[in-house]
Amino acid sequence: MLLRPVARLATLAIAMLTLSGAACAADPATLRVGVEGAYPPFSAVAADGSLKGFDIDIANAVCAEMKVKCTLVQQDFDGMIPALQAKKFDMIVASLSITPERLKVVDFSDRYYKTPNRLIAKAGSKIDGTAANWKGAKIGVQRSTINDRYATAKFEGASIIRYTKQDEVWLDLAAGRIDATLVDAVAGDEGFLKTPGGKGYAFTGPSYVDPEFFGKGVGIALRKGEPQLKARIDAAIKAIRANGVYKKIQDRYFAFDVYGGQ
Amino acid sequence: MNLAAIAESLPNYLHGLVTTVELLALSLGFGLAGAIPLAVARASNVRWLSAPVGAFTFVIRGTPMLVQLFLVYYGLAQFEAVRASVFWPWLSSAWFCAVLAFAVNTCAYTTEIIAGALRALPAGELEAARSLGMSRSQVVRRILLPSALRRSLPAYGNEAIMMLHGTSLASIVTLLDLTGAARELNSRFYLPFEAFITAALFYLALTFVLVALFRRAEHRWLAHLRLQR
Amino acid sequence: MLEGYLPSLLQGLRLTVGVALLSLAIAVLLGLLGALAKLSANRFARGVAGIYTSVVRGVPDLVLMLLVFFGGQIAVNAIAARFGFDYVDIDPFIAGVATLGFIFGAYLTETFRGAIMAIAPGQLEAGRAFGLSPWQVFSRITAPQMVRLALPSFTNNWLVLVKSTALVSVIGLNDMMQRAGQAAGATRQPFTFYLAAGVLYLGITAVSVLLLRTLEARSALGVQQAAH
Repeated sequence: MLLRPVARLATLAIAMLTLSGAACAADPATLRVGVEGAYPPFSAVAADGSLKGFDIDIANAVCAEMKVKCTLVQQDFDGMIPALQAKKFDMIVASLSITPERLKVVDFSDRYYKTPNRLIAKAGSKIDGTAANWKGAKIGVQRSTINDRYATAKFEGASIIRYTKQDEVWLDLAAGRIDATLVDAVAGDEGFLKTPGGKGYAFTGPSYVDPEFFGKGVGIALRKGEPQLKARIDAAIKAIRANGVYKKIQDRYFAFDVYGGQ
Repeated sequence: MNLAAIAESLPNYLHGLVTTVELLALSLGFGLAGAIPLAVARASNVRWLSAPVGAFTFVIRGTPMLVQLFLVYYGLAQFEAVRASVFWPWLSSAWFCAVLAFAVNTCAYTTEIIAGALRALPAGELEAARSLGMSRSQVVRRILLPSALRRSLPAYGNEAIMMLHGTSLASIVTLLDLTGAARELNSRFYLPFEAFITAALFYLALTFVLVALFRRAEHRWLAHLRLQR
Repeated sequence: MLEGYLPSLLQGLRLTVGVALLSLAIAVLLGLLGALAKLSANRFARGVAGIYTSVVRGVPDLVLMLLVFFGGQIAVNAIAARFGFDYVDIDPFIAGVATLGFIFGAYLTETFRGAIMAIAPGQLEAGRAFGLSPWQVFSRITAPQMVRLALPSFTNNWLVLVKSTALVSVIGLNDMMQRAGQAAGATRQPFTFYLAAGVLYLGITAVSVLLLRTLEARSALGVQQAAH
């Protein structure tokens, strides 16, 4: 008897809250883009809270070319594809490599860059990519990346330590908690080796390019069953490659060609 | 519901279960051990005893455990001096850092819970003890603490369960506990529902065990406070 | 000193406080309902409240939040599709507040229940003996004392709630924790930025404790405390 008026009030409050949380259907002339924000130089957060990086610039350029307004939505990398499927955003521009495993669950646009992957370790470390030398070593990778998949599958005998962000890998590599990391060569170079924290570290071992794990480059991911969107994105990528916008963005970050030869 | 993926990941979950239980037991154990003397100091009238403990609990309770964990794990490792020190073999281990952060955290909360119970004791019990001629330490040991510990049970039960949930943060610093196993499953197969519901079921089971234990304890030690119907 | 990241941190602070307060409002409501249900003579009410507290207290906030965020979105999408809507966004703010309110309602249920139980039963019997209605017993005898007895535990719960808002960063809310992490990663100075975030959280705590301590003192007027 005491509960009744209180319960009624509670139901009303909860109902109001749920309804107020629902926004109406998304405007078709805007797209939401999933980005990471923790993978320099491809995406990072500046001191004023804004997003910057190669991925960010490409996303904005592609949207401008498609003549849509884009909102960037930040998401941790290991939740990127589930978030896309839950319709948190419509496409992902977060250095996602086009791999057979991912193609099972999402579609990709044509690639927008392609760089090799390499091991980074302390200069002079015995880890050089040969099986004998990585036994017992601790190799750090970012969870859910192609590096994670490759290291887990191929580096038998090593301990694979998984981190949410590549930034955290750098912190632990510099602290000596892990012996090496497998990472995109450009991200490793710009994001670590060239920074003061990366002194005394170097690339080691070969370039990893096994297409089953490393795919044929990095593309923009979208949900399956959206051929028109894919066509528009592909056209936009082609257009910015042709009209010099791509080169301008590339030159802002790299002194070399990241698109990668055929 | 993709049961095949869950079945394939079961060994990971079981390993995670063991890790979670170990983290919980160690943190609660060390935390409680530290909290009892600290609580006595905290509830005392003597300024120089209660104030420092108060400052400790204030800082620890005032900051998220995630911040404390990151400070211990990533923050300390930033300094060359720490890495060269004799503590480094301990501090470089994620396991040690997690237990340290968790234990300190639960110690602070438990201290306040027990201190609160000490302060809320009916004055009559204290007067009776004094009038019987008991010494200071006898009063604390035989009257105050047992009574306070009993009254802390519901709140401490809460704290133990919160600590169980807190252990899930260990997955954020590379440890493979239950939540870590779920994140692995999610990241390998992109199945958030399966991954997190399985972890949730394991945590539920652990919580039921804890709740049952505390209910048994409350039944035994708080019988005198049960509501008469 | 903070390399220009301070404004960003302060923006995160505002968001953190907003989420915490809104969640608390929901949690207090659910907590009162739950405590009364658990203590009532009605078996069904006790059962429902029991399941609520057991399930919510049984699963870590992190796991629940991820479930609500991803799963809730998928469920809402399915329902929306049935009704012909294109996409209904569960914004991270609403998802975070709803989840946290729901979670802490269960903890407050236990806090309020413990406090009500600690009121000397003789007082309730006396109230009933005097012919007071159940509502009068609650509002004049139980509630005022419950507030005093629940305060230490309630303070604990509030502080934990504030801290738990840090987890909302996991579902994409750009709160203080997320911003500290970004700064730490970009500058490779985790100690500095997590310390800064810690200090800001302490600020929230200091204000809260001050307010709640005053409340505790006022509600304990006339009650002897066992100090030694």
